[in-house]
Amino acid sequence: MIAIINGKRRKLDVHPMKRLLDVLREDCGLTGTKEGCGEGECGACTVLVDGVAVDSCLVPAAQADGCAIVTIEGVARARSGRALQDAFVKLGGAQCGICTPGMIVAALPLKAGASLDEIKTALAGNLCRCTGYLSIFRSVQAGLRPSREALRPTRKTRVKGKRANAR
Amino acid sequence: MGRAVGANVRRKDGDAKVTGAAKYIDDISFPGMIFGATIRSTIPHGEIAARHVKLPGGFVVADYHDIPGKNYVALIDPDQPCLAEHIVRHVAEPILLVGHADRPRLIGLEQQVSFEYLERAPIYDPEASDTCFKRISIDKGDLDRGFAEADVVFEGEYRTGHQEQLYIETNGVIAVPGDEQMTVYGSLQCPYYVHKALVVLLGLPPGRVRVVQTETGGGFGGKEEYPSMLACHAAILARKAGRPVKMIYDRVEDLLATTKRHPSIIRHRTGVTRGGRITAMDVEVVMDGGAYATLSAVVLSRGVIHASGPYRCDHIRIRGRAMLTHTPPNGAFRGFGAPQTQFGIEAHMDRLADEIGIDPVKLRELNALKPGDTTATGQTLGKDASALPVLREAVRRSGFREKRRKWRGTTRGIGLSLFFHGSGFTGGGEVKLASKASLELTARGARILVASTEIGQGTRTMHAQIVADALGVPFDDIDVHEVDTDFVPDSGPTVASRTCTIVGKLLERCARDMRKRLGRLSPADYFKKHGSFTVTSQYEPPPNLLWDDEGYKGDAYGSYAWGCNVVELEVDPATFEVRPINVTAVAEIGKAIHPMMAEGQIEGGTAQGLGYALIEEVVMRDGRMANAQLTNYIIPTPLDAAPMKVVMLERPYAYGPFGAKGVGEMPIDGPAPAVINALRHCGYDVRSIPATPERLMNAPRQKAEGKRQKAG
Ligand code: FES
Ligand code: FES
Repeated sequence: MIAIINGKRRKLDVHPMKRLLDVLREDCGLTGTKEGCGEGECGACTVLVDGVAVDSCLVPAAQADGCAIVTIEGVARARSGRALQDAFVKLGGAQCGICTPGMIVAALPLKAGASLDEIKTALAGNLCRCTGYLSIFRSVQAGLRPSREALRPTRKTRVKGKRANAR
Repeated sequence: MGRAVGANVRRKDGDAKVTGAAKYIDDISFPGMIFGATIRSTIPHGEIAARHVKLPGGFVVADYHDIPGKNYVALIDPDQPCLAEHIVRHVAEPILLVGHADRPRLIGLEQQVSFEYLERAPIYDPEASDTCFKRISIDKGDLDRGFAEADVVFEGEYRTGHQEQLYIETNGVIAVPGDEQMTVYGSLQCPYYVHKALVVLLGLPPGRVRVVQTETGGGFGGKEEYPSMLACHAAILARKAGRPVKMIYDRVEDLLATTKRHPSIIRHRTGVTRGGRITAMDVEVVMDGGAYATLSAVVLSRGVIHASGPYRCDHIRIRGRAMLTHTPPNGAFRGFGAPQTQFGIEAHMDRLADEIGIDPVKLRELNALKPGDTTATGQTLGKDASALPVLREAVRRSGFREKRRKWRGTTRGIGLSLFFHGSGFTGGGEVKLASKASLELTARGARILVASTEIGQGTRTMHAQIVADALGVPFDDIDVHEVDTDFVPDSGPTVASRTCTIVGKLLERCARDMRKRLGRLSPADYFKKHGSFTVTSQYEPPPNLLWDDEGYKGDAYGSYAWGCNVVELEVDPATFEVRPINVTAVAEIGKAIHPMMAEGQIEGGTAQGLGYALIEEVVMRDGRMANAQLTNYIIPTPLDAAPMKVVMLERPYAYGPFGAKGVGEMPIDGPAPAVINALRHCGYDVRSIPATPERLMNAPRQKAEGKRQKAG
């Protein structure tokens, strides 16, 4: 498969049915993406595929062929990503941290000034057992606040509708 | 200096966690590493009659014969085998281990590995069991006299179900063998528990066993005892293979095989005067321990001590027992017995209020423990006993009385719960543990050496804050050593709300000793002149703390934290679904070292408690968890998160670091009874949790409360 992963073009020799999650973790060494259930329920494995948040444990490599993929290791390439990361540290959005990469990636496509309902919907498929979610909402709200309007949407951060129905 | 304590400093582990750089166990590899899997029993009780293993080359296979030391998981009782020999006592009991270099080859081995059994009758009802792991009695005053003083005697039975910790990172370890030595890396809470288990299993001297904690994706008690079992398995395979072995459970295996919260049956018989003064409390506590003793004895201990709630009563009898059933062993889960028993008393209190026609807040005000009162074990409470302050604060902040009046007869309900939680090990536990903490001078400041693990609750940050202020240096100049038994002393397990109040206190003492030795020099100047040195301190009980383990009398805990929850909810009368719409959580915790992280503990623990109350149900069918998937074992999602108002009160504990008590566990004690009491306010008489729609549909309905008022 050929994919643009965090802005870099990669050619990977993998079985077409290998889970994208394993391709990223094992073949690309990108272990920031986590596995919490392997069945599309927890969102710990969330990555962006062409701007849409998907559960990478449910996506076969073949389906991501030719796509642009963003993982937690790549979110800082967007200013909004850095702001989200900083807000998660400052406002207690990350406790044990195992859900955090998925949460941040799932929040990345949100527009600046998204409402609480929009945030909840964007994160609906991501489970956290530590925080009770409220500090995560606060973190996302704060992370989205810096004037993102000024930021030209890049290929990786462009919003493409709602969360994919890969779950 | 006092700059770090009480401030929301930047978490030490924050940046690694938000960038994906933090290394959890499954993110780590070793050269030559292979993968391990566990083959488990499929029946709840019986004898293994035959083993059929037909695996091709390339597989490493190990069973109990491959254990060089003793075949049990060393914890309290030596009853639980690491690998079953002849008898199995529960479904998913480990029997055989299989290793292979290619991870996918370990999936679906049922064809090649199977067992024949001679089945025995299983027992699932703890009250029908004839094996008791532990019995505890608490007696205070004269029960008969207490009942003689009562105008009304009121009874009730309350039940709680299993609950799964559901850390999002499943259990996992890597064992790396060496020449007559073993190192285990893993996701775990208690490195020295694992160390002890490995020493017994491998028959190695303690110095030849090393345990290193990797970044841990949640624990909640679920990684208190089970990692010892898993570490033993990986070590057995690693020894046999002569290669590092990684074992990571998938979610299904983690749900099927690892410990859960003990289900319980709580019975109350209470004497009360017409005015609402409680004169006698007779309490029975039954806990379902599952198939092996594990931690049941201590879970029961904390459970019975909290069973009479935060109430004053001169005549109390509490009888507790933990029983064997043929289900996977139940174990530690945040709260450790107290959520079960405080669910019982708090649900009972609202029914009692109803029975004698008194307002539930008033009933609690009349009986709440105050400074100078004695608990069930006869402990005299100090000035920091805060039942009344938290109750009043929660009632005021939530607008409880008005909503209680306004919502009567609607689909909305409001309920409250009052609770407390002892910090640290129960009774003489801390003295026995004799925990140690060390502090090493560095070129910049100091380095913390403790076995307390960071599992999300903020250990590293909170400890560094305490040391920074006690030593008088900036927070950033304090480092925290990786938790590695080759380097850190045994600070005891990371459990029991003890990491701040007990281990934090040890570190505060280390820092003050270090300060004395530095004199007027800064750490950097001293280091330049004289080099490094290390100070260590060991636990000493506060003066006058006495505990009699025979009679179960005395000072059960150094301090208690206090809490009051108000839950507002809405019931859908068609689907019986319950939606919490607002939660007020008031907690008195002595001192919030890091207010935001303390708040995070309260918000997170309360959310877990709401899950416990309403949706989290472990369905056991023939001794096997029938819903061992995240698809049907449901925990709260972002869409379930109700707005929450957290209020922290601080009444310093004289022997806690900067006055701090424990905070981690208490938040899960209160939500379930507050939910049940809110449902009662809506007219649903529910006495067991989880209060699923099915339970609610079948619950007796009553007219809006207050109708059955008797003349007071
Ligand atoms: S690992 Fe849980 S959704 Fe993919
Ligand atoms: S921070 Fe631990 S699961 Fe979310």
